[in-house]
Amino acid sequence: MIELKGVTKVYGNRVGIHNITLTVNRGEIVGLLGTNGAGKTTTMRIIAGYMPPTSGEVRVAGFDVLKEPREVKRRVGYLPEIPPVYPDMTVRTFLEFVAKMKSVPRARQRTVVSETIERVGLSEVADRLIGNLSRGYRQRVGIAQAILAEPDVLILDEPMTGLDPKQIVEIRQLIQNLARNRTVLFSSHILLEVTVLCDRVAIINRGRLVAQGTPAELSRLLRGRRRLHLEVDGVQDKVVAALKAVPGVAGVEVRGGRGSIHNYVVESGDEDVRRAVFRALAAIDAPLLRMEQEAVTLEKVFLELVARDSLSGVG
Amino acid sequence: MVSGILAVWEKEIKSYLLSPLAYVLMSVFLLLGGYFFSVILLSTRVASMGGYFGNAATILVFLIPILTMRLFAEEDQRGTSELLYTLPVSIYQIVLGKYLAASTVLGLMLAATVPYPVILIATAEPDVGPILTSYLGLFLLGGSFLAAGCLTSSLTKSQMVAAVSGYGLLLFMWILDWLSSAIPGTAGDLARAVSPFSHYRDFLKGILEPNDLLFFGSLIAGFLGLTVANVELRTWA
Repeated sequence: MIELKGVTKVYGNRVGIHNITLTVNRGEIVGLLGTNGAGKTTTMRIIAGYMPPTSGEVRVAGFDVLKEPREVKRRVGYLPEIPPVYPDMTVRTFLEFVAKMKSVPRARQRTVVSETIERVGLSEVADRLIGNLSRGYRQRVGIAQAILAEPDVLILDEPMTGLDPKQIVEIRQLIQNLARNRTVLFSSHILLEVTVLCDRVAIINRGRLVAQGTPAELSRLLRGRRRLHLEVDGVQDKVVAALKAVPGVAGVEVRGGRGSIHNYVVESGDEDVRRAVFRALAAIDAPLLRMEQEAVTLEKVFLELVARDSLSGVG
Repeated sequence: MVSGILAVWEKEIKSYLLSPLAYVLMSVFLLLGGYFFSVILLSTRVASMGGYFGNAATILVFLIPILTMRLFAEEDQRGTSELLYTLPVSIYQIVLGKYLAASTVLGLMLAATVPYPVILIATAEPDVGPILTSYLGLFLLGGSFLAAGCLTSSLTKSQMVAAVSGYGLLLFMWILDWLSSAIPGTAGDLARAVSPFSHYRDFLKGILEPNDLLFFGSLIAGFLGLTVANVELRTWA
């Protein structure tokens, strides 16, 4: 549904995004993950037709955003980063305005607006001025205008900002329900959101697409580096020496302790060294009190990828 | 097509009529206009609105930039332009909707002055023809000011900058009128040809000339066309 081919956006002499290629299929929820200023908003603005790419090709449902912007806009519901709401309108009049702009037939406008208000939980404030609403409600008004008239493609820029935990759960369910036969691209700098909601994740750093794949695939990227956390009772030097002697161990680090009990971090390659570590410690009569293999979370993948990319970027 | 223009018009007209600004502008227009109308009438004792219409044009120079400054600058300021320009409606429809809403407010302002000719007709026998053409002329002149205001509002995020540059543009048109009488020869003729005020004066005399209508029509279309181009450039650059 959404196809980006080598998309670059240059602002004056600053590169916003560079050579991004990304495909989002129908029915898929894809999360754009990146730190602030990484290029998420730029990417989404281009897809929504708010601004053109400097080079590259963007297609939504087969329509080129440059050549047929109307066809693209007709199919896209877009929530910008700052909720685009008119403070001097009530929630209902605002959504009625959006319904008219989206060419919802006159006879259905009222029902469509009421349904949407119900869906995002705005019933209590439907007739209040948007200017008097809290941040969370405004955000929901923004989401309401995006999903109004059931667009095929939803582009949501940081949809969860300003929402409380209960609302986050509600909106998450809403997005999941909407995504059944639609395409959703949303951005976040919060990893949890992305892991919970997404089929696929695309990580953007400094305007470049660093990695993409399912959360599991991304975690696998970082395999080949395992980390064991140990708590061992024994003379520190002897324990370190014994651990280093275990085949497959790449490094040992001591991380404090009390008396003869110390904490160790063992880095190893792809193979599982837990059994060998246990035997090596038993051999020198240093009781192993605790052993834990670090789970590679998406958060770590993200930070590592971003760090790696930044380092290589400097060189 | 029309539904998009209508939706924008409706939003803007509501916004105008729900804010105090339109009412304040209308009050100032009626207060100053009423002063000119009554003073001129009482001192000349001639049942004509020529003097009033001459001054009303000047008042509009000072009021219109305030009326139009918010049209586009406010959308940018609030970040709502990002919604407006990604909805499935063309930029020209948005521009037309906004322009027509501002014209509606101008129309209401002019409609509120209808008691003046009614008083004249009730108490004397004024020449009605020039009064009618003057109303049309004032609406067209004001309409060109509105279109110029649309353009300056679309150039900036700041309503203040929009208003001040609007004044610049309108005062320049005013100066053109002075130049046309001050400079002799071709340069003066040229200034007269492009000055909205000299075309407006034909309407005050009761003359309805196609070239005056064409002049204002193309002036309005020109400013609105530039506004559309500018908004498209700003988003599509």
